[in-house]
Amino acid sequence: MPDPSAFSGAEAALSSGDVDAVFIFILAICGFFFILTQGLLIYFALRYRRKKGEPPAATPYITGNAVLEGVWIVVPSLLLIAIFGYGFAVFVKLRTPLPGAAEVQVTASQFVWNFQYPDGRRSVNELRLPVGKPVKLIMTSTDVIHGLFIPDYRQKMDLLPGRYTYLWLLPKRTGTFDIYCSEYCGTGHSVMRATLIVMPQAEYQAWVQGERQKKPGMQSIAEKGKALFESSGCPGCHSIDGTPKVGPTLKGIFGRTVQLTDGRTITADEEYLRESLEDPNEYVVKGFQPIMPTFKATLKDDDLAAVIAYMKTLQ
Amino acid sequence: MSEEKVPSPGLRRGYLKEKGFRSWAFTHDHKRIGIMYLIATHLFFLIGGLLAVLLRLKLLTPGPALMSSHAYNVLFTMHGAMMIFLFIIPAIPSSLGNFFIPLLIGARDVAFPRLNLYSLWLFLAGIVVTVASLLNPIDTGWTFYTPYSAKSATAVTALSLGLFLVGMSSILTGLNFIVTIHTMRAHGMTWYRMPLFIWGMYATSVIQVLATPVIGMTFILLVAERIFGVGFFDPAKGGDPLLFQHFFWFYSHPVVYVMILPAMGIISEIIPTFSRKPIFGYKAIAYSALAIAFIGFLVWGHHMFVSGMSTAAAVIFSFLTFFVAVPTGIKIFNWIATLYRGSISLDSPMIWALTFIFLFIIGGLTGLFLGALATDVHVTDTYFLVAHFHYTMMGGTVMGLFAGLHYWFPKMTGRMLNERWAFHAWWLIVAGFNVTFFPMFILGMQGMPRRYAEYPAKYQPLNIVATVGSWVLALGILIMFVNFIRALKSGPPAPDNPWHGLTLEWTVPSPPPVENFEEIPTVTDWPYSYGEKEEPGNDE
Repeated sequence: MPDPSAFSGAEAALSSGDVDAVFIFILAICGFFFILTQGLLIYFALRYRRKKGEPPAATPYITGNAVLEGVWIVVPSLLLIAIFGYGFAVFVKLRTPLPGAAEVQVTASQFVWNFQYPDGRRSVNELRLPVGKPVKLIMTSTDVIHGLFIPDYRQKMDLLPGRYTYLWLLPKRTGTFDIYCSEYCGTGHSVMRATLIVMPQAEYQAWVQGERQKKPGMQSIAEKGKALFESSGCPGCHSIDGTPKVGPTLKGIFGRTVQLTDGRTITADEEYLRESLEDPNEYVVKGFQPIMPTFKATLKDDDLAAVIAYMKTLQ
Repeated sequence: MSEEKVPSPGLRRGYLKEKGFRSWAFTHDHKRIGIMYLIATHLFFLIGGLLAVLLRLKLLTPGPALMSSHAYNVLFTMHGAMMIFLFIIPAIPSSLGNFFIPLLIGARDVAFPRLNLYSLWLFLAGIVVTVASLLNPIDTGWTFYTPYSAKSATAVTALSLGLFLVGMSSILTGLNFIVTIHTMRAHGMTWYRMPLFIWGMYATSVIQVLATPVIGMTFILLVAERIFGVGFFDPAKGGDPLLFQHFFWFYSHPVVYVMILPAMGIISEIIPTFSRKPIFGYKAIAYSALAIAFIGFLVWGHHMFVSGMSTAAAVIFSFLTFFVAVPTGIKIFNWIATLYRGSISLDSPMIWALTFIFLFIIGGLTGLFLGALATDVHVTDTYFLVAHFHYTMMGGTVMGLFAGLHYWFPKMTGRMLNERWAFHAWWLIVAGFNVTFFPMFILGMQGMPRRYAEYPAKYQPLNIVATVGSWVLALGILIMFVNFIRALKSGPPAPDNPWHGLTLEWTVPSPPPVENFEEIPTVTDWPYSYGEKEEPGNDE
């Protein structure tokens, strides 16, 4: 329903129909109150109108009505809580991680969208996805704030420099969809657009094969990360087999709940790993010393993403 | 009460009698200060409106025509910054508030007249610095989001400092009003005998004093980051890019109520006066103004649901947001109930007041789509949002301001407006406004992002409609201002009390004399004793 001119009925992506249902629910409540209030406003203004120059008619001295006022506090409050609850429930669905999602790195720069797939393929301003397969977008920006907006999917999320934000998508319909930058980012903001192409799975596989043949020897993101992990000297302090060294082991690090020296616990997601590489003393794992150097200067955005992708493979 | 057709003697003896630059520049008279604010803010309304017409002209076509993307970005930034900071925030409080708070509470001036003049000078100084930034006009949007605003090569520093001064002026004005309302009320004017405009202005002043320092501080941090390279907001320097948004909206959301509460106050005066009925639910309206001011401080995060803020924070902010809707709804129901069985005269102030209610209902209801989390994700940062806040800010605040201007024009100037001109301006503005902004709801639902200099061609038809609407709107506003200027020169002299109102400003000549009241009045009743008290059970 948010697009009244293209009421196709078929969901473009998981939960986009749920968002539309919330929209229609709110619209129904708004419609009722719109007709009630505007109807009474116009009816009273005309019904009790007095002609120009006529002396005012006698009017009753009414200063309030406790019952009526109670009704229009309680009833709207209950409806508002219902709207909140429905919007909340669907929002949580939109934000819930989809298990088994393929990961795509999204890097926004003034005024270009860069996409990188797990096997190392890159594309600019074009994102191709297979229909029916969940995808996790791991997004960041190299300069200012951008916003990734797919109107047909009812999904939107800002991209921040120096931080990861995420979107989970499950395309349900093949076709071509618009991606817009929704957060004002400068002179070329309005031309910072990309295309999402959702393909049947077989077609998508054929396309992937074709791309790979074009660039033989292409490293996957995790392979690149492994190389960086080793060349940066990480294995000196961090084992990948579970034995503690100077630093904690990285076996099964991704998604693990980490105990910190200051008593906090934190779940190791992409953002945690990134901050631990850039500013290691921000989060010191319980039982270890704050001695790790920062890799902020040596590992660029892409490199960080690669090392993190490698760490995810250490199960 | 019934022979007010006699021209008021105030016309030759009022506060406007003294002439000359010094009589204005160094006046302590709250009325003169109010008039100067009125002229300054409305000048920026007209300039900001002209920019809007240019913006709409650019959007007539989807491609690169008429002006560069950079020029477009500068124009929408200027339109927003001028309309928000130099017009809509100060427009009602500083102009009508200054002029009418002392008159409505039966005082000879505000509590601190010199401070009031100082606020005006700060405001004018802020305008000068702000206008100086036009030498290298900024293109960051009126929201100045970092890191873009920290990196932009345009005059962000100058504009920030200018708005800092404007903010100082706003804080001092709010402080002045709070003290005035507490200490300067006439004998017998208890809190529950205060006109509702005073309640609205009181709530407004509290927000101004509490919230404005935060934006002032934020501007200083931004300037420090730009000039000295201190990394408050830039992640490359260890800053937090979202921190700016939190600071910004911590001010800029409450300030939405600085814009709307005074307008609601005006409506609460006009509706009973022109319906000849007591206001329905006085205490509920008064307290809901305070409730809005209070809850308004707790909901800033609803501007940031897709900013990267945590899901848990978004949920809490959404929940609190819906509680602002309750007191807002109470006011609307109370105004409509006041009309019931009234004897309603549809003079120009009343038409504007009814228009306020009509448009503000649309603005308020569409806010529910933005407050609810799931739907906000889709419509935020699109034209839906643009339509929503124009319905609340222009459809609400500006229509309330127009109502107030038509209502109090005779008192301020001693002249009556031409009702026929006012009527023609009214229908052109209402038609133009809806034709301009209603299509934007649909554009936003279809996904058209805001702040787009160029846009996909599929959105063009509705953009053409909106642009044509902007011409009608501009014509209506032009006619309204011509009516003001004509009436200033040649309008018929106004009586003391043209609308038969019961608030205290109508007991003094039009225009009021210096120091307003020869003798401070004694108040024995609330100002809404219209109608006849009926015996119980005596129906019609």
